[in-house]
Amino acid sequence: RDKPSAVCGVSAEARGCRGYRAGGGKVSVEVLDHLEHLALVDFRDAEGVERLQKAIQFADQLHEVNTNGVEPMDSVLEDRCLYLREDDVTEGNCTKELLENAREKVEEYFVAPPGNIPLPKLEERETFLQGSQ
Amino acid sequence: AAPAQQHVCPAAPPERGRLAPWVPVVGLEIHAQISSNSKLFSGSQVQFAAPPNSLVSFFDASLPGTLPVLNRRCVEAAVMTGLALNCSINKKSLFDRKHYFYADLPAGYQITQQRVPIAVNGSLSYSLCIDNKMSQMVTKTVRIKQIQLEQDSGKSLHDDTRSQTLVDLNRAGVGLMEVVMEPDMCCGEEAAAAVRELQLILQTLGSSQAVMAEGQLRVDANVSVHHPGEPYGVRTEVKNINSMRFLAKAIDYEIQRQIEELENGGTILNETRAFDSKLGCTVPMRDKEGQQDYRFMPEPNLPPLILYDAKSLPANMNHQQVINIDWIHERLPDLPSVKRKKLVEQYGILPEHSFTLLNEDGLAEFFESVVKQTQMKPKKVIGWILKDLLSYLKQHSLTVKESPVSSFLLADLLNLLEKKEISSTAAKQVLAELWKGEGKTPLEIVKEQKLELLQDQKELEQICQAVMAIKAGNPKVLNKLIGLVQKKTQGRSNPVLVKQLLEKKLSG
Repeated sequence: RDKPSAVCGVSAEARGCRGYRAGGGKVSVEVLDHLEHLALVDFRDAEGVERLQKAIQFADQLHEVNTNGVEPMDSVLEDRCLYLREDDVTEGNCTKELLENAREKVEEYFVAPPGNIPLPKLEERETFLQGSQ
Repeated sequence: AAPAQQHVCPAAPPERGRLAPWVPVVGLEIHAQISSNSKLFSGSQVQFAAPPNSLVSFFDASLPGTLPVLNRRCVEAAVMTGLALNCSINKKSLFDRKHYFYADLPAGYQITQQRVPIAVNGSLSYSLCIDNKMSQMVTKTVRIKQIQLEQDSGKSLHDDTRSQTLVDLNRAGVGLMEVVMEPDMCCGEEAAAAVRELQLILQTLGSSQAVMAEGQLRVDANVSVHHPGEPYGVRTEVKNINSMRFLAKAIDYEIQRQIEELENGGTILNETRAFDSKLGCTVPMRDKEGQQDYRFMPEPNLPPLILYDAKSLPANMNHQQVINIDWIHERLPDLPSVKRKKLVEQYGILPEHSFTLLNEDGLAEFFESVVKQTQMKPKKVIGWILKDLLSYLKQHSLTVKESPVSSFLLADLLNLLEKKEISSTAAKQVLAELWKGEGKTPLEIVKEQKLELLQDQKELEQICQAVMAIKAGNPKVLNKLIGLVQKKTQGRSNPVLVKQLLEKKLSG
């Protein structure tokens, strides 16, 4: 098949629903805010946002290919056999090693904050996105 | 069109004063832990209550450079379950990543089957008692939308005093079967009955031990209400239901809450709520603010899962790498519904008896064992099993396996009764003694407490003559005479034989 490999994992469905682009190919502030929440990235400045928009435009070239009646491909490995492992216990019992990676531990438990700390709303956080169109 | 409902939903009965009747709608998402030695995509052990983070491999801890390797046993478990629930098994199914952030999900995503799951379009039949009487049962069906394979997450222990969460990854990566039931149920009772039947099926198949108390069976309910003829209402998801008892309660509470909210002019939010068992109500769940965007994407490290049947079996492939759906189908054990039917047909017991027999772990086997060892008819044996044995076990919170009275001992006792060596009252006395578990046989107890029925004709004749000497030979006092003989012999005389002897004496 002469298909270019997938550039990013955003499905066509999601694109349609989200309405990524307002007029002129720009990504809306709502979407940028949503992305900052989901991926915990900080677009930092106008250049960061511009880079994102260029990446989306680059990927949009895929739409120029007519894929009518062609089954989507997720991976070039799709014809490989999915190896099935026997149900034997072969791993585990390495608590000490695993906990070496933890900054904080309590009696062989990993320590985490009390729950997800949600990113504050757009109005309340220091982000370059505030006040932009 | 659905047949006329005989079962009235207790959650939303037609009441005076209600503006219009409400139709509650309940769907379920059930997660059953697969009974396997190792995890779904790694070789670490699956075990309940092990030292924290001792059953965790590098893959389970999501360390870079690790890859998932699918466990064959987990696939077989899912196929068995799909077949038992009348599903179509997808010969090609796919794995996906479902992304969300939580401390007990170290990878930041769960490997699941969102696009094409392993089994779809099945059904589950279950039975309900109408009006809480065991005597009238109605059969209902719920559609199974799909069954998918997915990873379990680790466990979070919330330490509110120190404002931290402790994470144990022993459970992370354990294989789960998610069974999605369509919203065909109308109340907590129906949901509980459906889940109970699913639990029995899973335990019979051995694909999951499905013990709710150990977290091997978790149920999330989707609840909404609407007026007949109108579109479905906004639904809420109720989570954190961890026992069968609370399942019906949580759902019925949520139905009531929604009805009251709507009748007071409020609206229902599409939110996730947790059941608080202490307060007996549902509360909005924290950490679930806003709609989740799971950003589903194909799992790039796993090619499609291909299953075969007798026709499509590849000729030159390693057997260990091939899963044959037909081979699994041929080896499915009798499901609970089939077992119940067989019990009713073979032993002539009532359908509701068969339900009770299967509801108690080991009880059906106990019953059949007793029947084999006694001449007493199964229809009579069942009474002793369900009334005497079961009520005693319940009183002392014992399982059938823990019963101090074995099937051998009970059969022995029932044989004495059947041979008319003791009366029914005496048998109950012997049973009470057997419960003490002192190792005595029924015969030993009978001799000890002098409970034998007197069958010796000569001995009984002498006793009858002695009694008759006291009272005048009047036909009307025959019954009184029998009573006196019983008293004299301390209830050990065979009443039929006594009556015959007395009548003989009185007539001539």
